[in-house]
Amino acid sequence: MNGTQARHFRADKFDFWSFFFSGLTGLATLFIIGILVTILVNIIYNGWSSLSWHFVSTIPTDLFNMKTTGILPMIVGTTIRVFVMTIFVIPVGVITAIYLTEYAPNTSLITRVIRAAVNNLAGVPSIVFGLFGLGFFINFVGKNMDLLLHNPTSVWGRPALIWAALTLAVMTLPVVIVATEESLKAIPPGLREASLALGATKLETILKIVLPQALPGILTGGILAVSRAAGEVAPILLTGVCTYMVGLPHSPTDQFMDLGYHVFILSTQSNDIDATRPILYATVLVLLMLTFALNIVAILIRARVRKKLRALG
Amino acid sequence: MAETLIQKIVAQQAPAAAPAAGAPFIRIEDVSLYYGASKALKNISLNLDEKVVTAFIGPSGCGKSTLLRCLNRMNDLIDNVRIDGCIKIGGHDIYAGDVDVIELRKRVGMVFQKSNPFPKSIYENVAYGLRLHGMKSKSDLDAAVEQSLRSSALWDEVKDRLHSSALGLSGGQQQRLCIARAIAIKPDIILMDEPASALDPIATSRIEELILELKKDFTIVIVTHNMQQAARISDQTAFFYIGELIEFGPTAKIFTNPSQKRTEDYVTGRFG
Repeated sequence: MNGTQARHFRADKFDFWSFFFSGLTGLATLFIIGILVTILVNIIYNGWSSLSWHFVSTIPTDLFNMKTTGILPMIVGTTIRVFVMTIFVIPVGVITAIYLTEYAPNTSLITRVIRAAVNNLAGVPSIVFGLFGLGFFINFVGKNMDLLLHNPTSVWGRPALIWAALTLAVMTLPVVIVATEESLKAIPPGLREASLALGATKLETILKIVLPQALPGILTGGILAVSRAAGEVAPILLTGVCTYMVGLPHSPTDQFMDLGYHVFILSTQSNDIDATRPILYATVLVLLMLTFALNIVAILIRARVRKKLRALG
Repeated sequence: MAETLIQKIVAQQAPAAAPAAGAPFIRIEDVSLYYGASKALKNISLNLDEKVVTAFIGPSGCGKSTLLRCLNRMNDLIDNVRIDGCIKIGGHDIYAGDVDVIELRKRVGMVFQKSNPFPKSIYENVAYGLRLHGMKSKSDLDAAVEQSLRSSALWDEVKDRLHSSALGLSGGQQQRLCIARAIAIKPDIILMDEPASALDPIATSRIEELILELKKDFTIVIVTHNMQQAARISDQTAFFYIGELIEFGPTAKIFTNPSQKRTEDYVTGRFG
């Protein structure tokens, strides 16, 4: 065994490119974290002092005066529109995903077209969804409902909470469809075969074996949809949000105030920017906290489902 | 031909059951199966008797699992599959237009290569098929679950944890649970697709004992790669090679005195 002495495991020379590249990835990560921390620190530092129970629990009379303003209607509006959206988007998204994974012939042109449409839907700018909501839900569905119901004045055919929520549901549909499809595909084919071999129909197999297993994945889709929708302003701009209204929304056909939109109003419509700034910071802080809270709720539900699946009854 | 281990096993086995009188229970008549354009099964004809264990052997890709899956129409689930010929079970053509596949699968149960218990409790795994077919009363379910678990030699190991997850069982226990699940709905036939191939020798021998026990009540068709296993548990053996049935006969004959050269080469380990 000649030459074994020459073989050693020390690096002969300093590998500049390895060092450079690992440094670069670290810097990029640090940059992202830096931005996030800057935003959070800035908002919390400036918003915290203006935040009070009075602020979050008051229906405002003057939006730009710290003493008389409050954001209760905005919190309520944002929360309700996200919940209503969830109620619509989850069933429709899940059923579509079930069709695509379980029923649609995998290689057919139609299936490919539907898949491409779903993916493209995710790439449509949100203001376009707003226009779609206005054109389809309000001017088509709403106006025709008014006609059919013989409403003397327009009830459904105008911007409303329900139309804003539906527009958001359409916008977040791809998120739920894709997440559900992924979780359906991850279920071992052996489970489906076992069920079918016992004489279960396809429907029984989907309802009793496939869906319970896919539930955590479906809820992940729900969480992503909630995160996306909670902060969106553009889709609701034309479909239901208002700058100011007296009191809280009482029916699905009422308009509503919204935290994200209120941030826009505060930053653009005030006569005295400096006086409004504390209100603005506090509102942004509440918006962040609300988004976070909505996410936590969804994550807790998912954790419960996972635990139940593991423990089994 | 020198006496091999397999021949010793066959020699120790009780003589094969005498063929039942009357028509064979499963008649496979000139069955061909195509995946798209490729022909996976070539004009196979085979008659299997009731309450007999038949082993399908042959090298990978020979079509033995494919033929097995024809018997409960699991191949229906695959796109682009076409089947010619006729399979009759108890005199009924199972590919006739008016056949209810659900009814067929109730009568022809299946155990898979990879144990696939549902991620439910042990009890719910066995009760699943019973509930599907309309059993509701708790006492009926309890009795049926216990009986199935006893028949699959699992009861004593799991009776104290019926309501804990089936996924906590060992591989061999999971496979016996799958057998319990299959026999719970009282099929006539049990198809087994390499049921012990993923198990250790001890778990395998328990499954084999179980198969010999189940033979009293069920007609069993088993696909196996393990020729000693085929020799130990089957009464009849069919040897397949590249989609063709090469030889079919009593297991003792196939392993000790096959009429085909290819069968002899395969069972003596010269190829495959």
